[in-house]
Amino acid sequence: MGLEPFSGTLAKHRLKLVRNQTVTLQVNTGLLCNQRCRHCHLDAGPKRKENMSAETVNDVADFAGRCNFEAIDITGGAPELNPHLGSLIEKLSPLAPRIMLRSNLSALYRQNDRLLDLLKANRVVVVASFPSLNLGQADSQRGQGIFEISIRMLQKLNSIGYGRNGGDLQLNLVSNPTGAFLPPNQQETEKRYHRVLQQRWGIVFNHLYNFANAPLGRFRQWLIKSGNFDNYMDRLASNFNPCAVDGLMCRSLVSVSWDGYLFDCDFNLARGLFMEGQKIHVSDIQGPPAKGSPISIANHCYTCTAGSGFT
Amino acid sequence: MDSYYRPKDLPKFEEIGKDAPELARKFFDYYNSVFAEGELTGREKALIALAVAHTVQCPYCIDAFTQACLEKGSNLAEMTEVIHVTTAIRGGASLVHGVQMRNIAGKLSM
Repeated sequence: MGLEPFSGTLAKHRLKLVRNQTVTLQVNTGLLCNQRCRHCHLDAGPKRKENMSAETVNDVADFAGRCNFEAIDITGGAPELNPHLGSLIEKLSPLAPRIMLRSNLSALYRQNDRLLDLLKANRVVVVASFPSLNLGQADSQRGQGIFEISIRMLQKLNSIGYGRNGGDLQLNLVSNPTGAFLPPNQQETEKRYHRVLQQRWGIVFNHLYNFANAPLGRFRQWLIKSGNFDNYMDRLASNFNPCAVDGLMCRSLVSVSWDGYLFDCDFNLARGLFMEGQKIHVSDIQGPPAKGSPISIANHCYTCTAGSGFT
Repeated sequence: MDSYYRPKDLPKFEEIGKDAPELARKFFDYYNSVFAEGELTGREKALIALAVAHTVQCPYCIDAFTQACLEKGSNLAEMTEVIHVTTAIRGGASLVHGVQMRNIAGKLSM
């Protein structure tokens, strides 16, 4: 039996996916990355040329100035490889109480201390990829040697005050499954990561988030090539949780691509599914998307509704 | 039948209840209770199940509990160690019977 389309599953449960109040801006600075992770939904890598220009940085900052976002989430590719990252952070920091930078750690490791000083000065929350406590599995997903560099970078972040309990420099970890399976229970995994990272490497952090891998980009290619695609889609769909729909990130977030166009989330950005089904540039919109407006959906949306959901 | 074991048969496990529904219901109720969180975590129970799956050499169980272990956050190093525990007990069980062999040989020998 074929996969029930995501739209059909929503209809069966009498659910509609529409926007709530939009409180988070996600900024994708580009697809250039020093790593070529096998689970990457954007197909980011060292050969990609797409990177946000200074002009688009200004457009994004102007948009953020018009919207009163509660949080701004900077992601990539590797945002550290965008030459305008410093300017982006400085422009966005006064505009929202919480600024987050997603880092693969190895790109941050290769930067000079000026970027770390800037992150500290602006109280930027570092959200670091750390998929597994197992070197072989982590390197298999992210590239050889990345696990050890990640450990060193986490230790460095701790040494400048990040991740300390009660401190104001937050260090959060993100763990994606290292294959075609769903993520484990987040609370239990966070406890284990706290214990093992502290015991083995003296590393502390604030929170851990488990996210399922989206069947897009390079991960989709791997799923197909390895013969896992159909089973993985079935696994996502059979774990559909109607209760997760209410809290989905796309209901409260707007994502802007490296060239300034708007999407309901980073997965729709990867898929080329524009917000409201049309190409809207960040400079052409006066405020955040309206509450109640529809969200573009496709079968990759099962990623975020599987189990406890992707919020 | 081209093979005794086919991965597609695993999801058909529930069909075993077709001709003995009451026994199947009791078994699956018990099975689900066993794997619920208790004094042991779900992750710990999945690791034990993986070890037993290798002991009874059930391909269906190995398939199901490899996936379960990964989805409950166990990594390959932990899962591999579990198989060594299985191997040590299985090997040890053979070896310790060597005492019986030595007892019998001792009784028979001058």
